[in-house]
Amino acid sequence: MLPELNHEEILRYSRHLLIPEVGLEGQRKLKAASILVIGSGGLGSPVALYLAAAGVGRIGLVDYDVVDYSNLQRQVIHGTSTIDLLKVESARQRMLDLNPDIQVDVYNEPFTSANAMHIAGDYDIIIDGTDNFPTRYLTNDLCVLLGKPNVYGSIFRFDGQASVFDATRGPCYRCLFPEPPPPGLVPSCAEGGVLGVLPGTIGTIQATEALKLILDIGEPLIGKLLLYNALDMSYDFVKLRKNPNCKVCGPNPEVTELIDYEAFCGVPSHDHEEGSAGADWDITATELAEIIKNGNGNTPHLIDVREPHELEISHLEGADLIPLGQLASRLSELDSAEDIVLFCKAGTRSARALELLASAGFRKMKNLKGGINAWAREVDPSMPIY
Amino acid sequence: MTTLRIPTPLRTYADGQSEVDVQGTTVAEAMDDLFSLHPALRPHLLNGDDALRPFVNLFVNDENIKDLNGLDTPIQENDKLLLIPSIAGGREQEFEHDIY
Repeated sequence: MLPELNHEEILRYSRHLLIPEVGLEGQRKLKAASILVIGSGGLGSPVALYLAAAGVGRIGLVDYDVVDYSNLQRQVIHGTSTIDLLKVESARQRMLDLNPDIQVDVYNEPFTSANAMHIAGDYDIIIDGTDNFPTRYLTNDLCVLLGKPNVYGSIFRFDGQASVFDATRGPCYRCLFPEPPPPGLVPSCAEGGVLGVLPGTIGTIQATEALKLILDIGEPLIGKLLLYNALDMSYDFVKLRKNPNCKVCGPNPEVTELIDYEAFCGVPSHDHEEGSAGADWDITATELAEIIKNGNGNTPHLIDVREPHELEISHLEGADLIPLGQLASRLSELDSAEDIVLFCKAGTRSARALELLASAGFRKMKNLKGGINAWAREVDPSMPIY
Repeated sequence: MTTLRIPTPLRTYADGQSEVDVQGTTVAEAMDDLFSLHPALRPHLLNGDDALRPFVNLFVNDENIKDLNGLDTPIQENDKLLLIPSIAGGREQEFEHDIY
C-alpha cells in the first residue's frame, strides 16, 4: 500500500503530479521510497537536495566530516553559517528546510565493512557520492551482495562519470574496474582540484537516475557509462557488459562477504595522517624555517613539486619548481649529495616525490610535512592557505 | 588516422593534449604509436606484461576492447578510441588515493 498525500503535499508536488510519467501514483512511490546517500560533499550535496525536494520519503546520509570553508565552492547543501558543523547535520537542516515532510536519517560515522550492511540494509537504492576507492569498492560490493542498485558518480577537474550498477540486471563497478589504481599514481582531487559546478552536473544526473528507478520510467543508465567533459561540453556513452570473471557479481564469485577495502586498495580511507612521508622523512615548517635562518650557507635545496599555476597563490623564496609529473625525467637536475627538501600544497605530492627520489637512490631528502600550507600556518601568516 | 581521446587525469602525461591522432590497424599498433609520441603515458596504461592495467579501460567507439578482441581489436580510419580511467573524486580530501 502506497502512502497517501495530504493537501499540502499535493500542492507542493503539483508540478510532478502534472507529468503523466509521475502523477499521483508516482509521487506516492517517491514518498514510500528510501535512498541512502554515501557522502554529503560535492556529489552528495545536489543529490540530497534534489531527492529531498522531490519528496523521497526517507533519505539516509553517511558522512563523518565537518563543513570546511574550502567545501563551499561546490558543496552547495552547506553554507557559511554551518561551517564547523557536522556535514550530516548541516545537510539535514537544509533538507528539512526545503521539505519538512520527509525523514532524514543521518549516520555520522565512516562507512566501513563493519557498519555498511547494518546502515544500508533497509534502503531501496544506494547513491555513491564517495571520494575514495576503498569506500567506492565497499559500496559496489555491498550493493551486489544486497541486490540493490548502486547509482554511481565520480568526478575529476572537468571530467565526470555516471552509471547505474545493478548486478541483478547488468554489470557492476568491478566488471569495469576489477582493481583500483595503486596509490600515488596521479594527483588527488584535493591536489588536482575540481570545477565547482562539475559535481552539480554529475550529482543531478545521479539524482535523476535514482528517481527514474523509483518511478520505473525511462531508460536507466544500466549497462551504460556516461562520460562528461565540461570543457568540450561532451557527453559520451559507452556500453558496459557484465564481466563473466567478475569477482563479486560473476557466476563464481570470490567475494561473498564484505572484505577489508583499505587493504584491497592499499590505502587508508579514514583517519590517516595527511601530508606525511613517515616520521623519518618529514620535516616540519618550523624546523625548516630554523634551518634556513641558521643556515650559514647550508640551506637545503628547496624543490617545489606543485604545478606552475600554483606559484601565483604562494611560493617559497629560492625554491626550484619541478612538477611531480616531470620529476622522473628531470632527476639529473638534482644532486643526491646535497640536502633536498621537497614540498607541495599539503605534503601529499611531495611525499610521493620523496618515494620517487628514494627509489632513484637519493637519501638526503626530506618532505615538508603539511606542505606550503603548513608553512603559511606555522611560519608566515601573511601567506594564503588554499 | 584514428583519434584517441585522453581524459583529464592523464593529460599531464600527454603534453596536456585532450586528443591525439594515432596510426595503426589494431589497438596495439595505435597504442605503440601513442607511446612513441608520449612515452610517459605507458606506465599509466600498461603493466609489466604489456597488458592494459585493471583500472584503465580502452573503448573503440562505444565498445570496451575487453568485449572485443583486446589489444588485437582491429580499428579503422574513423574509429574513436576512448581511454577511461577509474576516478574517485566527489568529496574532496587531501588523500593521495583520491583520483585515478
